[in-house]
Amino acid sequence: MAVDLNILIGGEAGQGVVSVGAVLGRAMVRGGYEVFADQDFESRIRGGHSFARVRVCDRPVDASRETADLVLALNAETVSLHLGEITPGGALIHSAGRNGAVSEGAPNRLDIPVHDIAIDAGGSPKMANTVATAAALGLLEYDFDILAGVLEHQYGRHGSAVVEANVKAARAGYDYARKHCPAGFKMRLKAGRPSGKLLLTGNEAVALGALAAGVGFVAGYPMTPSTPILEYLAGKGRDFSLPVIQAEDEIAAINMAVGAGYAGARAMTATSGGGFSLMTEGLALAGMTETPVVIVLGQRAGPATGLPTRTEQGELLYAIHAGHGEFPRAVLAPGNAQEGFRATVKAFNLAEKFQTPVIVATDHQMADSYYTVAPFDLEAVTLERGEWLCDQDADSQGADYKRYAFTDSGISPRALPGIHRALVSADSDEHSEAGHIIEDAATRRRMVEKRLRKQVGLAGEIAPPLSARVEGADYTLISWGSGNGPAMEASGMLTGRGHRINTLRFTELWPFPAERVRQELEKSGKSIVIESNATGQLARLIRAETGIQADIRVNRYDGRPLSAEYIVAQLEQEAGL
Amino acid sequence: MKDKAKVTLDDFTPASENAWCPGCGNFGILKAVNQALVALELEPHRVLMVSGIGQAAKLPHYTRCNIFNGLHGRPLPAAIGAKTVNNALTVIAESGDGDAYGEGGNHFIHTMNRNPDITCLVHNNQVYGLTKGQASPTTDLGFTTKLNPEGAWTALHPLALAVAADCSFIARGFAGDPDYLAGLIAEAVRHPGFALVEVLQPCVSFNKKNTFQWYQERVYKVEEEEGYDPGDRAMAFALALEWGTRIPIGVIYRRERETFDEYLGTAGREPLVTAAPDPRRVKELFAEFA
Repeated sequence: MAVDLNILIGGEAGQGVVSVGAVLGRAMVRGGYEVFADQDFESRIRGGHSFARVRVCDRPVDASRETADLVLALNAETVSLHLGEITPGGALIHSAGRNGAVSEGAPNRLDIPVHDIAIDAGGSPKMANTVATAAALGLLEYDFDILAGVLEHQYGRHGSAVVEANVKAARAGYDYARKHCPAGFKMRLKAGRPSGKLLLTGNEAVALGALAAGVGFVAGYPMTPSTPILEYLAGKGRDFSLPVIQAEDEIAAINMAVGAGYAGARAMTATSGGGFSLMTEGLALAGMTETPVVIVLGQRAGPATGLPTRTEQGELLYAIHAGHGEFPRAVLAPGNAQEGFRATVKAFNLAEKFQTPVIVATDHQMADSYYTVAPFDLEAVTLERGEWLCDQDADSQGADYKRYAFTDSGISPRALPGIHRALVSADSDEHSEAGHIIEDAATRRRMVEKRLRKQVGLAGEIAPPLSARVEGADYTLISWGSGNGPAMEASGMLTGRGHRINTLRFTELWPFPAERVRQELEKSGKSIVIESNATGQLARLIRAETGIQADIRVNRYDGRPLSAEYIVAQLEQEAGL
Repeated sequence: MKDKAKVTLDDFTPASENAWCPGCGNFGILKAVNQALVALELEPHRVLMVSGIGQAAKLPHYTRCNIFNGLHGRPLPAAIGAKTVNNALTVIAESGDGDAYGEGGNHFIHTMNRNPDITCLVHNNQVYGLTKGQASPTTDLGFTTKLNPEGAWTALHPLALAVAADCSFIARGFAGDPDYLAGLIAEAVRHPGFALVEVLQPCVSFNKKNTFQWYQERVYKVEEEEGYDPGDRAMAFALALEWGTRIPIGVIYRRERETFDEYLGTAGREPLVTAAPDPRRVKELFAEFA
């Protein structure tokens, strides 16, 4: 029987829901399982309701599940809100004496006095979450030593006394749960051999990708969901000789990054929709001055401030069109951590090869969720720095250096200002090959054409969508970014119900791989475009670029992530599948 | 490091055709900038001028050095980015009153706060020249324009703002006295930290009030005043607010404090852009996620 266990941890903001999820997730990965864990929280620091879901499988998993096998309630509200999601045979763990939750209706209940146990065994009520975490693993009879190791990982920096107290509290919670295991709860999970895989968020994967790519400068203004990228990189700044600047606003952040890019560093910024809006002037500046820069656009539900802690794929067309005037750019849309790492490395390479901005579009679901990945293959990371003047030319050309020399590719060899004697003149005004202001029509036309020629080269670097084909398929599920995991899983569910399903998953979207997409769709059944937005932006893009109209659209725009259950339910209701 | 026996004004021969109005105050500033660079023995390739948009922002095109001519109001962030990754560059931001104090007001405040080792020249002609004569943040009270028919509202005192922000070097020059201005610019470039040099600059096309003569009758050099002490912040604040029958020029305020590259840990190191990154170093981070 395939393992697919979903644990939901709920509580108020500030109660440590995410930490419990991370400990459980890590314990599962260390036992050889694949984990996907996501978070649902409100835009507040204390109170409200938040939850994390830890989904444990024995095969790769990139999507959340909406029913839970174990609900771990840190407060009463979690019980009332999530009771109905518990699967038959599942269980509820809560502390009724403490929060007075009404738990009638749960298939199985473990009422555990987590605070009392925390004080008795660990010496502090602060360890209540550790007790609750251990209770979940106790019910499953999961290997306790793995949990102890994870607690050491989690609390090691606070010293061995804290680790020991947590392990004692965990042991007590674990034993209590085993002793009081509800008779009807039969789910068990046995730890296997460790796979050596890592558990990390999409944001962390992007940050590691940036470090692997040799990022040399970061400036940003904190904004959910991209802040963790800035924070992670800031934490590594001194070790990696990486300046990470908290700018006064997003306008400053992008201009700082463009200044650093001009000077020769691999520069990046990370933001979300509202901040990206402020950056679009700077985006166009990078396009005009032909300055490499990488922008991570972590989408959240808009417009304006929208649902600031929730997810949406509402900025695909914006990312493609943002910035005034016409200039080349690439837009990548990684759908999980593995892709997030690769896309970030590729973004830096494309930015420098084509001397133009590259956008890595994530979303809250991809950015903040935990994924299980094999350690990234660093030997496979190559740094492609693009075309530069050779040292001799860079010294001998001096004031004659033409930063914007006309070339067939549109790419003009760069020089490092201040390192060589070549004078590097970059200009936001329309300019001559030497980088000085011009107004004449002929030069303007040639410069526009030069810049746009780069888009042709860029198009050759963009990967076509990943395609999984079935002979004689009735439908093709089309998705992008974080929608890919749920779409693949929906494909499996629909196949299980007797449908013949193809999938087409985009992780790179601009320049749009129109020819390949047309070929794929011409040999498909009905096309179903699945997106986390209301207006069907990928569907519009496909129609604009290929002339092919989607047959069916599945859209989710309530701020909650796509899931296989949601997709299948929509297709059943709306399309009669 | 010097590669050449002597730098001369010929090294800064204009690289492109000049589009300023005849008689513009900017010509005096350009002359002073070039004189200062020669006095500092800076070869053109050691210098990066970063500018925004406006007539002042065209200055880098009319000398010879590395140029980043960016967006209106945004020269300071771009200058910080470039200086941070290559501290061997002498970075000068060329800006106007609209650029630095209007559109770029937020960057102006926070750049002073950070104290990067950058010199910022603000050509203050108290009017928007490139967009044909609207009021700027420093336009005198009551000055009427097509866009401000009721007269400009009260003027900002940028140097007072700079004193309040503890800007580590604050000076004011006058485009009608380029030799004196050149000395101020050279001093500003030598100052370790952010140096603001505001230059009073007549706009011959759109500002018929604050003319060369108007300024000539009012400016005086602070160092010729009895009891002048550029390290006295209270005195600096009083000087920064003085605007009427007498207008002070010279070094208004100066003190040394931690620079932004010292804070970032990049001070005294090789330019970051010369480093060769190694992707395999990331492996040491994987244990955090195991």
